[in-house]
Amino acid sequence: MTSIIQIQNLSKTYNTGFHALKDISLDIKRGEIFALLGPNGAGKTTLISVICGIVNKSSGAVLVDGHDNVTDFRATRKMIGLVPQELHLSFFETVWDTIKFSRKLFGKPDDDAYLEKILQQLSLLDKKHSKIGTLSGGMKRRVLIAKALSHEPTVLFLDEPTAGVDVELRKDMWNVVRGLRDNGVTIILTTHYIEEAEEMADRVGVISKGAMILVEDKTALMKKMGQKKLTLTLEKPLVALPKKLAKFNLQLLNNGSEISYAYDVSKGKPDIAGLLADVQAAKIGYSDIHTAQNSLEDIFMGLVKQ
Amino acid sequence: MNWRAVVAIFTYEMKRFFRTLFQSLISPVISTVLYFIVFGAAIGSRITQIDGVSYGAFIVPGLIMLSILTQSISNASFGIYFPKFSGTIYEYLSAPVSALEMVLGFVGAAAAKSILIGLVILATSAFFVPVVILHPFWMILFLLLTAITFSLFGFIIGLWADGFEKLQIIPLLVITPLTFLGGSFYSIHVLPEFWQNVSLFNPVVYLISGFRWSFYEISDVSLSVSLGMTFVFLCICLTAVAWIFRTGYRLKS
Repeated sequence: MTSIIQIQNLSKTYNTGFHALKDISLDIKRGEIFALLGPNGAGKTTLISVICGIVNKSSGAVLVDGHDNVTDFRATRKMIGLVPQELHLSFFETVWDTIKFSRKLFGKPDDDAYLEKILQQLSLLDKKHSKIGTLSGGMKRRVLIAKALSHEPTVLFLDEPTAGVDVELRKDMWNVVRGLRDNGVTIILTTHYIEEAEEMADRVGVISKGAMILVEDKTALMKKMGQKKLTLTLEKPLVALPKKLAKFNLQLLNNGSEISYAYDVSKGKPDIAGLLADVQAAKIGYSDIHTAQNSLEDIFMGLVKQ
Repeated sequence: MNWRAVVAIFTYEMKRFFRTLFQSLISPVISTVLYFIVFGAAIGSRITQIDGVSYGAFIVPGLIMLSILTQSISNASFGIYFPKFSGTIYEYLSAPVSALEMVLGFVGAAAAKSILIGLVILATSAFFVPVVILHPFWMILFLLLTAITFSLFGFIIGLWADGFEKLQIIPLLVITPLTFLGGSFYSIHVLPEFWQNVSLFNPVVYLISGFRWSFYEISDVSLSVSLGMTFVFLCICLTAVAWIFRTGYRLKS
């Protein structure tokens, strides 16, 4: 897969002296969904803002489809759509007027059929002539997406797209984003919701204190770094674990009613059969058995704490 | 050039003007009528002619300039400040729109609005006093140059302001006094010599003088000096705007 965005040694220091981005290098692949994770103030929005031309970089380069985003800004900006984190909208305008304005701002000729298609996809068509100020928060966020898509971008930045959006609407948004990806749009999203990245992203980047500390294929990341845990619910609580089971490094939980076995899949195949055989040999009865994998959130929290 | 963006910004700004048509047009008309009642009828009746022109007619160019200056500044400053205030500026900055295109859209609309208001005031004045325009070409040129220059100045104020107070402070504390003391209601020749010399540091004197000359062929300074100074202010404003966009001052962090 070729890169559509190349970020080379990008740094940003604000006038206050705050070093928001530290020598970031990153390639975004064409057609992927890339999730940028990081705690508040990590530099996610600054990174997006530099790429989109809203914030000046201090050093480094950003290429969008081979074009420099400063010297060839017209070419790069035409390709990019941006959905900001905040609901930055003119509330006295109608939905239709605002998306038509956005399209013209990007130099595109009128195409009402295309704009109506976007409104349809975002379930906004019946609100076409409504004033933005009368819409709900979720609808306003959709209007922002419609504005960002109005000029047919090939790259879409979504800065916290589902912040403050209810669960149902969030899932609707995920479907919209997947649909865009299916149509060939490259999507870069920042999010606080780890489940959002886990659900949608092809690759994940973790940014902390202005530095990109990890970029990895999501599945590979979870496989590589994911610890698993097997839990046995016991028929009768134990006071202590038998010495026979010491080699498995088990934990006795919930007042002795559960045995927990933690293992790392990246360090070889776990001896689950051996554990169960030894448990049976120790005449410990169990009524339930289940396994759980570390979520992306656990991985993320582990990384940013380092 | 991204002309579609220029037209989009221009149209958007003009729509905002027409949305508040009553406030935009009626308010300056009422102000003009009040000026004519106070300065034309009440006080003006006691003032003899100035250089062969009745006092009522004499103040018409000054009144138009007063409106052009204040309206150009307020329209342009609010036009660019509001997207900054509401956050919608992100869209302009992330769009393939150059500094020149943004200026053409915002400043063009602000100048167009103030010229419209100026023409309405001119028409209103005609109901009160006999208005003569001896040099319509020069009148239109001064009108255009002044509207564009002060719209650029307003644009700079709008970019500089980080609150509504700052948005108002320059027009209130600087522009209004300069306009009133710039010969809107009198010829600076009636002032003592010292104050005449002080007045020459007031840029508005040159604008009003040139504009008044285009009506009645009477002026405080020569036409060429008026025109030259107007171009100087225009160039200063253009340079400031170019610097703002080059550095991203108050636009990009």
